[in-house]
Amino acid sequence: MNKDLAQGLRDISPMMIAYAPIALLWGTIAAGQGLSPFQAWLMSAGVYSGAAQFVSMDLIETGMPVLLLVLTIATVSLRHVLMSASVSRHIASIPRARASLLLFWLTDEAWALIERRALERPISAAYFVGVAVPLWPTWFSFCALGAWLGNSLGDTSRFGLDFAFAAMFIAVLAGFWKGTRTALVLVASATVATLAKFYLPGAWYIILGGIAGMLIAIIGYREVDHVER
Amino acid sequence: MPECSLRLSVIVKLTMSNGDLHLYLAIFGMAIATYSTRLAGYWLLQGRTIRGRYLAALEAVPPAILTAVIAPTVLMEGPASMLAGAATLVTALLRMPLLVTIAVGVASVAALRQIM
Repeated sequence: MNKDLAQGLRDISPMMIAYAPIALLWGTIAAGQGLSPFQAWLMSAGVYSGAAQFVSMDLIETGMPVLLLVLTIATVSLRHVLMSASVSRHIASIPRARASLLLFWLTDEAWALIERRALERPISAAYFVGVAVPLWPTWFSFCALGAWLGNSLGDTSRFGLDFAFAAMFIAVLAGFWKGTRTALVLVASATVATLAKFYLPGAWYIILGGIAGMLIAIIGYREVDHVER
Repeated sequence: MPECSLRLSVIVKLTMSNGDLHLYLAIFGMAIATYSTRLAGYWLLQGRTIRGRYLAALEAVPPAILTAVIAPTVLMEGPASMLAGAATLVTALLRMPLLVTIAVGVASVAALRQIM
C-alpha cells in the first residue's frame, strides 16, 4: 500500500472506533424523528457532517420549513469555509478537480489531522484519501444501523467516547503552540466561542470564535514575522 | 379540475408522503450546503499567494477553530470534562502518540463521570 495512504489510515483509525457510537446515537435520534434506515443512510452519506445532522434533527422536530432548515445548516457548516481556506495552502500540488472531489470528505477530524501533518510535511492526495475517506463508510453504516436499532441502545455517554473528538482536537491543538501570540489567539477564541455558545442559538460559536482568533492574529501581526522564516 | 388535482395528490401520496418529500428535499439541500462550504474556502484562495496580515490570519485558523469547537464543551460541561481536558492537554504536551492522548481523554472522562 502507498505509504502516505497507510499513514492517513493509521492516523484516522482511532476516530473510526470513536465515531461508531456517536453515529449509532444519531441513528437512534433520527429513528425517533421518523427517518427510515435508508433515509438515515442517505442523509449521513450525502451530508456527512455530525454537527449538521444532529442540529437538523432538532430543527425537523420544530417543523421548520425546508429552505430555512437548509440555510441554518449552512451556518452550522460555515466553519468548513475557514477549514478549506486553511487547507488550500497545503494541497496546492493536487489538481483542482481532484482536490474539489476530495474536499467532500473534509470532516473536522480529517481536517485537524491534515493540519497536524502539514506542520511537518506536504500533503499528498494519497494521504488525504487515507485520512479522510475511511471515516465515511464507518459513519453512514453506523448511522443506518442506529436508525434500524431504534431507541433500544440507551445512553452511550457513560463510555466516554463522546469525548474522543474533544481529546483529538486538544491533541492536535498542542502542536500549534508557538508562544505568547498563540496564547492570545486561543484566549480570544475560547472566550468568544464560550460566550457565543451560551447566548446564541445554533453553531455560531465556532465561526465567531474562529474569527476572533484571526482578528487577534491580524492585530498582533508584525512585518518581521514572516521575514524571519 | 379539483377532482383531477385530488386524484393527483392521491397518486403523490401513494408514492411518497408529503413529509417524505420534504425530508428528501431537506437532505438534498443540506448535502449541497455542506459540500459548498467545504469547497468555498479552497476555491476562494486556491492559486493565490497569501502574504502578510492575511497569511497571519490564515495561519491562526487551525488553532482558533480547534479552540472554538472544544472550549465550550471542555469549559462548560462540568468538572469532569474540564479535568479530563486538562489531563488530555498534559498528555499531548508530553508529545505522546495521538492514540494514547485520545485514550487518556476518553478513559479519564469516563472515570471522572463515575465519581463526580
